[in-house]
Amino acid sequence: MTQIPTLDLDPFSIEFFENPHPVHEVLREAGPVVRLDKWNVYGVARYAEVHAVLNDPLTFCSSRGVGLSDFAKEKAWRPQSIILEADPPEHTRTRAVLNRVLSPTVMKQLRGGFVAAAEARVDELLSKGSFDAIADLAEAYPLSVFPDALGLKPEGRENLLPYAGLVFNSFGPPNQLRQDAIARSAPHQAYVAAQCQRENLAPGGFGACIHAQADSGDITPAEAPLLVRSLLSAGLDTTVNGIGAAVYCLARFPEQFAKLRSDPTLARNAFEEAVRFESPVQTFFRTTTREVEIGGARIGEGEKILMFLAAANRDPRRWDNPDQYDVTRRTSGHVGYGSGVHMCVGQLVARLEGESVLAALAKRVATIEITGPATRRFNNTLRGLESLPVTIKAA
Amino acid sequence: MPIINFVHPDKRSEPIKATVGDSVMQVATGHGIDGIVAECGGNAMCATCHVYVDEDWLPRLAAMSDEENELLDGVAAEREKNSRLSCQIKVTPDLDGLVVRLPERQI
Repeated sequence: MTQIPTLDLDPFSIEFFENPHPVHEVLREAGPVVRLDKWNVYGVARYAEVHAVLNDPLTFCSSRGVGLSDFAKEKAWRPQSIILEADPPEHTRTRAVLNRVLSPTVMKQLRGGFVAAAEARVDELLSKGSFDAIADLAEAYPLSVFPDALGLKPEGRENLLPYAGLVFNSFGPPNQLRQDAIARSAPHQAYVAAQCQRENLAPGGFGACIHAQADSGDITPAEAPLLVRSLLSAGLDTTVNGIGAAVYCLARFPEQFAKLRSDPTLARNAFEEAVRFESPVQTFFRTTTREVEIGGARIGEGEKILMFLAAANRDPRRWDNPDQYDVTRRTSGHVGYGSGVHMCVGQLVARLEGESVLAALAKRVATIEITGPATRRFNNTLRGLESLPVTIKAA
Repeated sequence: MPIINFVHPDKRSEPIKATVGDSVMQVATGHGIDGIVAECGGNAMCATCHVYVDEDWLPRLAAMSDEENELLDGVAAEREKNSRLSCQIKVTPDLDGLVVRLPERQI
């Protein structure tokens, strides 16, 4: 049996978040699987192993939590998710419900409004000239379309981003980021619990559609609010960081923005490539349900495996020039949305938002110039910026 | 190993050795076949792994689900009688020699 290399590093420290790429390389090159003593877990950072773990949900389960915390050993900080933190066959049923709510047919109905909102947002930013690409675009745009599509009340939406930040911090170890987030969580949790109830969701929105599936018996009335909660948890901050990543890429690599401008139909792929390149969702855990072999090494039952999605998305074994942002790259197979049965259920909404914003930029903007320091926002799972001052000029 | 033949829009045929149990989409993406995008990774959400199955082979495939049928209405290229989503076709030993044509576009 192959010996598993042990690495003494903390992939949830601020120093790591400042610049994860060199450490990702160390993790990939150390072996197909590594031991991280700091948190008593195994890690996989190469594409092949990350992909394999994601695609074997019965061996590498989600029902014991997709963060460091093992639900078989400690109580979850909130009622367990019935989709993210579930395994087949239970997961199959709830997943089918959200697949229907977020289907291509539904996206066709949303497309016109999402595109118009992106064009209006970019026009407004052009009139300003200089702005913060995170607050004024990456956050403002999803906030202008997603909560309405979900059917949320206008009041209380300021809780959405803090709640999402909390959820994604909670997957990490009990470090300062996680402890602070949970300590401040009570009002955000109360808002979300209320907003998941049927009477608080506007007709025609994703939330009302989920509750309607309880009428047809596909889920129970008690399950419906928990599935609405999944969209509130994972539907906003992820696209904020995805759009932020894409704008940051286009601002840093003007030749790529020029390519996109010359062919705005590349917008969808340019967004997809930004998701590969920056990997807004950096990591998830799985738990082994039996003794298993990875890359010739044996791992026991009940062990936590940390999947470095971001490292897999830049593994030179899988990608040519992985550290280059290329709007024409064939991005199929990247694990920025995960892979297999748990692959992001909101991926079509994310792509619709990303494509809408990038197409509007490609058609209306000539240049994007970074005019101040890009500062980072730290989270145990999400990678993105706090602030990105830019100036744009009209085409 | 069964061979799956992918026929490009320019009529070029690419035979690929497939693993039984994989989907035809996975066979294509695993071998860098241009023309299969497979945005959603086989979750039957996106209809970007559309193929035209050679008529002789159609009866040998498992029937399509309602979800696949609905998704096929949204494919980018023309939907034909022999349109299928390659993520929903599982490779079996009887599919050795299967011929699928790739559409002009997926998005």
